[in-house]
Amino acid sequence: MTSGMPDVRTRAPETSYTPGATLPGRGVVSLYMAITALVLALLMVFGLLMRASQAGIIAIPANRFYQLLTAHGIGMVAISGLGGAGVMWYFLSRYVALSRAILIANLAFFLAGVVCVLGAIFIGGFAAAWTFLFPLPARSLGVWGPGATASYLIGVLLVGVGFLLLYLDTARAILNKYGSLGRALGWPQAFGKATVDAPPPTVVASTVVTIINIPAIAVGAVILTISLVNTYAPAFQVNALLAKNLIYFFGHVFINSTIYMSVIGVYEILPSFTGRPWKSSKPFLLAWTATMLMVLAVYPHHLFMDYANPRWANVLGQILSYTSGLPVLTVTAIATLANVYRSGMKWNMTSSLLFVSIMGWSVGIVPAIVDGTIAINRVMHNTQWVPGHFHIYLLLGVVAMSFGFMYFLAGMSGATDDMLDRVALWLYVAGGFAFSAVFLAAGAVSVPRRWAVHMLPWRGLDGLGTLFALVTIAGVVVFVVRFLGRARALRA
Amino acid sequence: MEQRIAVLVTTVLCALLLAVFALVARSASASGTAEQIAAGAARWRRTSFWALVIVFVPTIAYSLTRMPYPSASEGPASIVVDATGHQWAWELTPTAVPAGQPVEIRVTGADVNHGFGIYDAGGRLLTQTQAMPGYTNVIRYTFATPGTYRILCLEYCGLGHHTMASQLVVTAVR
Repeated sequence: MTSGMPDVRTRAPETSYTPGATLPGRGVVSLYMAITALVLALLMVFGLLMRASQAGIIAIPANRFYQLLTAHGIGMVAISGLGGAGVMWYFLSRYVALSRAILIANLAFFLAGVVCVLGAIFIGGFAAAWTFLFPLPARSLGVWGPGATASYLIGVLLVGVGFLLLYLDTARAILNKYGSLGRALGWPQAFGKATVDAPPPTVVASTVVTIINIPAIAVGAVILTISLVNTYAPAFQVNALLAKNLIYFFGHVFINSTIYMSVIGVYEILPSFTGRPWKSSKPFLLAWTATMLMVLAVYPHHLFMDYANPRWANVLGQILSYTSGLPVLTVTAIATLANVYRSGMKWNMTSSLLFVSIMGWSVGIVPAIVDGTIAINRVMHNTQWVPGHFHIYLLLGVVAMSFGFMYFLAGMSGATDDMLDRVALWLYVAGGFAFSAVFLAAGAVSVPRRWAVHMLPWRGLDGLGTLFALVTIAGVVVFVVRFLGRARALRA
Repeated sequence: MEQRIAVLVTTVLCALLLAVFALVARSASASGTAEQIAAGAARWRRTSFWALVIVFVPTIAYSLTRMPYPSASEGPASIVVDATGHQWAWELTPTAVPAGQPVEIRVTGADVNHGFGIYDAGGRLLTQTQAMPGYTNVIRYTFATPGTYRILCLEYCGLGHHTMASQLVVTAVR
């Protein structure tokens, strides 16, 4: 399925990256991606251990299982953000003047936060899941102490502060260049007659991410701080339903943004393989604006089973679940298919992974929308159907985008793919889809998610999940080793 | 029923999408005129947009009539079960209800968030709601078949989450 890198220099359209150009910050971005690669692999191993334990193949004590669960969840959200930020920064810096110091500061905050979170979990025993639903962080019944809770909450806050700095910098740089966020979103072209001089797709997507993630992180900081105060002053309470709303607003927007940042790699790199530019067409601009507005209001679909939540909010949550992701996904998926169709494109690891990423994102949306139907959510919510759908568009969407970008960077060091890469690609794609499908199958037979110990009838599927996790990780390990081996050449 | 619909819809649509991507991937080695393909893509975009509108509008409208939330017009049920989630046990009063009659289950959480999931004897999840401190969520459900139903916790609530199970006995109507 693969061959050597195409000569992108001769085929590069206007939106593609020009190889050989030395961009400021390339070394830091490579460091971002190296950390992303390593952490993704480590957290996948955590996932493998959890599935093996549920299958009864290995025995992990329940407290350790829930620690792994917490680390896997918060780690995957954060590292998807870091990898996405690397992709976004790398390409956005072609169009606007971003601060390399802020890029480094974000990484420093991230690493400091990771130390706090890991200490909280594996030294302090914190295991309130990545969603830290109020008031669980402060009510462990003695399983972990307030110090561990504080360390976790402060760690997540630190990671948030780093990302907030990054988005404030992208906002500054975009405003400096385009004058207003509306212009950077392409509104004059979207609502005007011509699309001449429309901002490039990278700028449009980055602007959307900037606009939605700043309030998301701010809201996340509010509930993290409230939880922190509650840990030491239990009389300081917040309404549990309000807390859930705040947490899911923050979490939903942030995780969606990881896709929106990472897909920039598809917009920039894929055209260099197909020779067809990715244009900011009117549907593209309108789709991004529509998604930007809807993704801010769709999070109540996490609260369908909170009957006390305002009904209008849950109804809105269902309607927006059907519509929020589709504009961008549809224009991106159809544009990807049109970009590749009869393009004469040669496949290599970069183009293959980027193509797979759009396939994974598109396919994963289907079971997500099914679960976004209140009547079906009633029997699917918090079953393994949920990790089933999000693993498809994260494991085979965002992760594929990240590794596609890494192969792109590695290819710039002069390295080419070989048979081992191609085998790894097939292991990853086949293993990833099968792994996710097993989750969906388990959800369909009502297996709950987040249970450390599974009942006997569920263990057959757990065993299959373990097997396919192994297959997926085998492929990913090759990606990671390849990138790390080649990344040294990129530090210059 | 809902699980079957979910599996059927997901299987068919995912297979369709995978097939489209596979066909396009196979076509990539051939060459075509970019302008013609762009025009075709624009048609596909319009078609898929309107197809989604045509499918989504009635689906959303119909499914919203099947929401599990109790409505005020239903009136009070004669049989009431109070269910409270504690770390890590359910407190149910009473623990037995008759089949064939609407039951109102008032669910709350005493300490943290829990999830109140009702499973039938075959291990199938019938319905659920969140058990939240400070709120009472009401499930109205009519058990058609007598038997022992399991109550499992469906919201992660700490170390004993997976041990948090109870039973509700549904008796035959005399």
